[in-house]
Amino acid sequence: MDPKEAAKQKEYRDLVKAMEPRPSFLRNMLLAFLVGGAICLLGQFVFDFFKGLERTEAEASAITLAAMIFLGAIATGLGVYDELGELGGAGAAVPITGFSNSIVSAAMEFKREGLILGMGCKMFTIAGPVLVYGILSGFLVGLVKGVLLGYFR
Amino acid sequence: MTYLWAFLIGGAICALAQLIMDLFKLPPAYVLVGLTVTGAILAGLGLYQPLLQFAGAGALIPVCGFGNAITTGILSEVKRLGWEGLFTGAFELTGLGVTSAVVFGFLAALVSGPRR
Repeated sequence: MDPKEAAKQKEYRDLVKAMEPRPSFLRNMLLAFLVGGAICLLGQFVFDFFKGLERTEAEASAITLAAMIFLGAIATGLGVYDELGELGGAGAAVPITGFSNSIVSAAMEFKREGLILGMGCKMFTIAGPVLVYGILSGFLVGLVKGVLLGYFR
Repeated sequence: MTYLWAFLIGGAICALAQLIMDLFKLPPAYVLVGLTVTGAILAGLGLYQPLLQFAGAGALIPVCGFGNAITTGILSEVKRLGWEGLFTGAFELTGLGVTSAVVFGFLAALVSGPRR
């Protein structure tokens, strides 16, 4: 290859390198921290509100999760949650509101493919793996612990 | 004080998830599944309950709290019923959440047209 061509190629590679978005780990982490932390803080306010109304902490936790799922669904319906997801990444995906967002946005998006084969089939496209592996790992843990502690007779 | 810890621990779990996603270039589903399984295992070891006591919603709201809730439900039903509990317990605590997500998702889809 003649040196002129080689120099041109190197110039091009440098240009590509300069234009590529640099993965900014720290910035992404900070945003995920702030968005996720803020959602959990909101959850704590909701929990404290329901703790005054419910009999047990377990009930208050369950109602809190349902309330957060409701809020996530509303935010998704208004299109706000997707923007939050672009900003916060895992900070919006990891909280239970993200679970809600994945179900609600799939339901909204696939409605046009029909209520059964569209929405019905695809509602759990993203949330499905969490349910499947959550249940499987819970089953295994229950099996092991039940055998070890002698709950099966 | 719980408010501070809820913010810090909840935020830290999300930041960790983001770091793993970025470092290993994983799609979010992998990290969500990983966190759920981690929550289930910690629940089995009896470590998630102390975290919940300490961080409140900071441990309840992230998806590992969902794994914890599945396992805690299974364990309490196993204690009560034996074998059957393995099959009845998963939705003991999470049923409310899953059902509400389906109902709200359906309603949201009905009232809004598909976007774009």
